[in-house]
Amino acid sequence: MAPIFKASEVHKRFGDHVVLENINLQFKSDCLSGIMGPNGAGKTTCFNVLTGKYKPDRGRIEFQGEDITGLAPHEIARKGISRSFQTMNLFNEFTVLENILIALKEVREHGFDFMHLLARESEVAAKAEKILSLVGLSGKEYHRTSDLAYGDRRSLEIGVALAAEPSLLFLDEPTSGLGAKATTQLLDLIHRLKQKYTIVMIEHDMNFLFELADSISVIHWGQVIAYGTPDTLRDNKWVKQSMLGEGA
Amino acid sequence: MIVRKIAAQDWITKEMLLIFVILVTLPLWIEQIGLYRYLGVEIVIWMIYGLGFNLLLGYSGLPSFGHGAFFGIGAYAFGLFQLWFFENLWLAIVFAIFASFIAGAAVACFVSHRRGIYFALMTIAFGQIFWFIAIKWHSVTGGEDGLLNIPRAAADFGIFAFDLDSNTELFYFVFIVFVCIVLLLWRLVHSKFGKVLQAIRQNEERARFIGYNVWLFKWVAFTLSAAIAGLAGVLFSMAQQGAYPDVMALHASGIIVMMTLIGGGFVSFWGPVIGVTIYFLARDVLGIITEAWLLWFGLVFVLTVLFKPEGVAGAWQEWRKSRTSTVSGYQTLLQFLSTKKR
Repeated sequence: MAPIFKASEVHKRFGDHVVLENINLQFKSDCLSGIMGPNGAGKTTCFNVLTGKYKPDRGRIEFQGEDITGLAPHEIARKGISRSFQTMNLFNEFTVLENILIALKEVREHGFDFMHLLARESEVAAKAEKILSLVGLSGKEYHRTSDLAYGDRRSLEIGVALAAEPSLLFLDEPTSGLGAKATTQLLDLIHRLKQKYTIVMIEHDMNFLFELADSISVIHWGQVIAYGTPDTLRDNKWVKQSMLGEGA
Repeated sequence: MIVRKIAAQDWITKEMLLIFVILVTLPLWIEQIGLYRYLGVEIVIWMIYGLGFNLLLGYSGLPSFGHGAFFGIGAYAFGLFQLWFFENLWLAIVFAIFASFIAGAAVACFVSHRRGIYFALMTIAFGQIFWFIAIKWHSVTGGEDGLLNIPRAAADFGIFAFDLDSNTELFYFVFIVFVCIVLLLWRLVHSKFGKVLQAIRQNEERARFIGYNVWLFKWVAFTLSAAIAGLAGVLFSMAQQGAYPDVMALHASGIIVMMTLIGGGFVSFWGPVIGVTIYFLARDVLGIITEAWLLWFGLVFVLTVLFKPEGVAGAWQEWRKSRTSTVSGYQTLLQFLSTKKR
């Protein structure tokens, strides 16, 4: 089966500092692909390049067979790629519901509608309600986003990404800053999402990623140093060295 | 359930009606309180300017310090059309709004790539360019003297026409424009477009990653705001029967920022309306007591920014929250002052 997303020979540098060097990644449909690596390995930069925040210096990025190299983030998003952020990135003055509504595809397609109110249409509101239910935020529709608990904010972050009905969902360190209970809830949420979405996830928490991922790419020193299923990677000497600090 | 709750915004609200009633009766009582009718004209013109400006500052989070340029372009274009071509109120207004729109669109092409301090600095730079042109291009703008004797043509509706010679007639003409602008902007800021602008103000990066072309939205907001500033400039040149470069200077652009902030443009649709009223009352009431009224007004601005950046509307909102019970007789007034952007 052809991959839904493919990055070939992607290279990114900031000044003299090479952050990504000849990165090759492939993500298959209906799978959860993981990216792991130690701090400073280049994981988030890799996400930022793949989702359009940074343009790669060279290389090619394809989504559903189409070249999306160097496209702006909004163009990539409109092609069906959504992402969440490691650092919370929400509309803090909006309510939880408004955060979802503004991200819905139907609302986005009518962003230049000067006359109609946000979500006057019942089907749009119903869709938002469904997403809130999926991420466990039902009953909190009218809570101001900045007043939410950290775990709820993390769920909303994912909800906003889902609202655009993505064909591919990128999650950047979703467990970042979460306690044990919230991590367990998130694990359950991503298990459910995995049934419906193609997901790529960066994660620092090895156990979390190993529990969820179908395949994992290990990035270190700006390069993919290993690739495989969680089972094959558990005993990989490079993984042990980079993630656990064990001698190879 | 959700639909019913979020569909609460209407075309006309109680707050709107309250302010319309206050303004429509203004010529009847303004002289009773020791002020004069022309002041009413000026206040309503600047309210229009402020509301348009707040589309940019309060709703989009884009601090323009060069908006006086578009106000001035509207004023000059209105005058030049009538002096060069022929006296026709409607065509002159359309021409002037179009001129401000085009100037705003051109500037927006550059500034929409930026936000924050860089956006502000670029608007200052463009504002200064337009101001410099107005000062130096004597043959067209009249230089520092400005354009004089701009006709105040009659408002001709085909089957009937009415003169705008007196300040009362002009006031009602300006008031009608104000009503139209309020209705238009109220709807616009609560529309999907308005919500996207607010989203961009809160988190530009997130808006971009959920698929919005942020540059284009900022461009549209800037251009619309410039066109409304141009319309206010038209009305100002009608009121003054002249167009002068002063309104394009940096300090004039700064004043509209001050008005909007003091009134509470960041937290309320009505912030600029409140701010404009405070400014003109300070000028005309405080101005009688001391020539240094602007110094005191500046001090109020500093204190506002330091202690209550949400302005008067923000202070009212806080006061209302702190009250456990509401006196029913003042309910409408309180609701008006605490109308939040939603």
